[in-house]
Amino acid sequence: MQEIAQHALDVAVGLGASYADVRVIEQEFQYLGTKNQTVSRLDLGSSEGVGIRVLFNGGWGFASTQYTTKKAITEATRRAVATAKASATVLARPVQLAPEPAYNAQWVSPYAMDPFTINLETKLAVLLEAARIIRAVKGTTMAQGSMSFIREKKLFVSTFGTNVHQTSIRSSCGIEAHATDAHDRQKRSYPSSFGGQHALAGWELVAQWDLLAHAQRIGEEAVALLTAPPCPQATTSLILEGSQLGLQIHESMGHPSELDRALGQEINFAGASFLTPDKLHSLQYGSSIVNLVADATAPGALGSFGFDDEGVRAQRVFLVKDGKFCGYLSSRDTAQLIGLNRSGGMMRAESWNVAPIIRMTNISLMPGNAGSLDDLIGDTEDGILMATNKSWSIDQLRYNFQFSTEAGWEIKNGKRGRLLKNCSYGGITPVFWNSCDAICGPQQYVDWGVPNCGKGQPMQTMWTGHGASPSRFRNVQVGMAHAG
Amino acid sequence: MITEEKAKSLINTALQHGKRKKVDGIEAIVTASDVATSRFANNGMTQNQSPQRISISVRVQKGGKQARLTSDQISPAGIRMLVENAITAASFLEKDTDMLPMAKPEKRAIVRNVNRYDARTAKFTPEQRAAAISAMVKVAKERSLTSAGVFATGSSVEAIGNSEGLFRYHRETSAEVSITMLHVDAKTAIESTGWAKLHSPHVADIDAASLARRAADKAVASANPAEVPPGKYTVILEPPAVLDLLSYLWHDFTGTSHVDKLSAFLNKVGQKLVGDNVNVVDDPFHPMQAGAPFDGEGLQRQMMTLVDHGVIANLVYGRRSATKLGAAPTGHGMPEPSAEGEHPMNIVVAGGNTSLDEMIRSTERGVLLTRVWYVREVDPTTKIVTGMTRDGTFLIENGVITSGIRNFRFNQGLIDMLNNVVALGPPERTAGEEGIPAVIPAMKLNNFNFASVTRF
Repeated sequence: MQEIAQHALDVAVGLGASYADVRVIEQEFQYLGTKNQTVSRLDLGSSEGVGIRVLFNGGWGFASTQYTTKKAITEATRRAVATAKASATVLARPVQLAPEPAYNAQWVSPYAMDPFTINLETKLAVLLEAARIIRAVKGTTMAQGSMSFIREKKLFVSTFGTNVHQTSIRSSCGIEAHATDAHDRQKRSYPSSFGGQHALAGWELVAQWDLLAHAQRIGEEAVALLTAPPCPQATTSLILEGSQLGLQIHESMGHPSELDRALGQEINFAGASFLTPDKLHSLQYGSSIVNLVADATAPGALGSFGFDDEGVRAQRVFLVKDGKFCGYLSSRDTAQLIGLNRSGGMMRAESWNVAPIIRMTNISLMPGNAGSLDDLIGDTEDGILMATNKSWSIDQLRYNFQFSTEAGWEIKNGKRGRLLKNCSYGGITPVFWNSCDAICGPQQYVDWGVPNCGKGQPMQTMWTGHGASPSRFRNVQVGMAHAG
Repeated sequence: MITEEKAKSLINTALQHGKRKKVDGIEAIVTASDVATSRFANNGMTQNQSPQRISISVRVQKGGKQARLTSDQISPAGIRMLVENAITAASFLEKDTDMLPMAKPEKRAIVRNVNRYDARTAKFTPEQRAAAISAMVKVAKERSLTSAGVFATGSSVEAIGNSEGLFRYHRETSAEVSITMLHVDAKTAIESTGWAKLHSPHVADIDAASLARRAADKAVASANPAEVPPGKYTVILEPPAVLDLLSYLWHDFTGTSHVDKLSAFLNKVGQKLVGDNVNVVDDPFHPMQAGAPFDGEGLQRQMMTLVDHGVIANLVYGRRSATKLGAAPTGHGMPEPSAEGEHPMNIVVAGGNTSLDEMIRSTERGVLLTRVWYVREVDPTTKIVTGMTRDGTFLIENGVITSGIRNFRFNQGLIDMLNNVVALGPPERTAGEEGIPAVIPAMKLNNFNFASVTRF
């Protein structure tokens, strides 16, 4: 790996590049899916390749190859330089990179049990048994399950002298219960939607989330939802459980704080941001109890790493402190555009085959002092508890959002009441976060993994994390999605 | 780009090794992509990528079990190892009682290839893309606008072969350009945007400067957008808006969605559910279509009528769902095994003769949508979707566009929507950002439900 990477740097410099970085990546993956008692997905394999990024006359170029011969690396580097030369003919301004020390380091993500040492039979047995339990619940019409295991070995080198080896293991597990009748289709997922829980972890993740212990409950809830009363249209107090709050953070804080969006660089597809640089350190984004961090150092959280894909060490930075907007997700080239003296270290690429872009790390809401979820419900006279994402949508500046959840429960006089179906809520981002008046404590805090964040052209899918404890928001409009 | 001969050689390496290892059946799929993408924003190039990749995916069947493995290692030794690993993986599985043997080659009369390859598009250079982007930036600067977008060109290959002797190969090219123009009003500093996009197998079909002018016109015309209240409106949807809404309906036409009891059309095939003027086919041979003419198991894609004058006419099937439902496969399967099962990939929505201008002239009060954004399903039964309008939303009063307006959130049932179509434009090849490019007309609809308005 080392020799290949150094060769690419040498060729790039020889062709006149002012900067180059190279990622050599080996990935091994297992994606498993079950539908009732059959295997509906079995996508196993590996991917290896080299991504080469260069600057020439202030313009970016990138090329990749799956071949690791010197000849192939030379050809790919020439392609990268050729695209950079073309970029340099249409520049608004030459790219400059914020400074970062050179590193020579190794980093390994934490795990207890290597999932690639567990055979497929054992893995699928968990999902098939969960399906059996779900389908034993009268009225269920389908059970699905999934697991994924990805091991990635990555070498990053740059002409600034950084040389970093990183190894990470990402694992996930989740189950779904479906119920259909003549008039309705409902489902419940566990631990979350989007394939369940995802983390930097090994096989121990599957034991931790104990799918079998929850299979019957989600089956029963899916069936109960068919005849449950619908979420009313109202303005009320809303409690979000952790995984739904994680996605709320993702969409309404994570994306708008991406500095490339705020500077208009993603406006053609993913969109721009209402968090423009003039609002930095002045906008009251949320209430005074709202503290949001971008933390790439959180152990085991899905968006953690040692170094980003342009060699910047992982950091923990505040985006919102005491409710005030105070930080961005940035890269080496965007940081210096707004006068930051260092990148926040958020550049990541989906694979060796694409160039890195600014991505969320773990964008997390710091726990509060509202105790447990039961404590929070007990403190709520009238409202709705919503759990597990079903539908999500937000405008391209990240103001107007609307989410639906798989399930909801009435809260009356401090007690959890009837199950509600077709729950939805919506609002305007800063209004919503300024209505946050209670955040549960650290005992309820979970780093939820969101594995499917889409951004960029061509679109890249990135794994991000969102630490959250259940929280309460006042005067929220609910039940609008099915109206009209 | 990988030739047919080379693709066949890679596939045969896998098939021969599978035979040596005495598998019951083996299939290999080779995919290759060489698409370069130049991105620009703030009137300058921001990213320029030239990735290349060839992958091979092998499915083996042995003892009633099957496993699929994928790799970028396409050396003979790498492919042989892939086959052996797939055999090992299959040995750990339970028997798949629904598994079908590999597909047999189809009769010569059925097999039909399509030519969607253009050498000029395949060889389009970074300098040519930069020149086209310069032309778009020039339009922006001439009108004091800020441009951002993408210009992508390249080629791709899909090839499949199996131990029954089936072999199919398809190569095609693609050119995609999209652009957003940002206007900032000199007096109010209020922003407005316009967007346009084209996608074609032939780069010659794309006039970048003309596309830039279209986006610029929208950005300027929607300056200082007014706020109008949400509610039910007559709307005129340009083709990308139609595409990105209706893309949430196509999977309900699959056999697997009926096996899983998830389709909105469950027990309703043959019934008239939408307006008489709605006709939809899945036509892999349409001259404005793209993609391989065979499915994930190598079967010939067939033209299927999905909606016939408002009647839900047919479903599409892969081999597995067809067997379960007692139907014939239609060549829409995904590579096995697949939770999704199949999907119509070549949608053609029949159009009419009403031009966009005529739709506007005949509208007393309504809203014109350029595109929609972040569309997501809210209700799988009634097919309510939510989403936002974006990059060119206009108020129409007394037959003319009177102003740009702030963007709306909609919550709209797609089946209801297709019962309210009052005019159709000529169909055109259309690309949005939610669904697969398709052949789609502009539509004028009544009673479109806008639920709320945003701040821009």
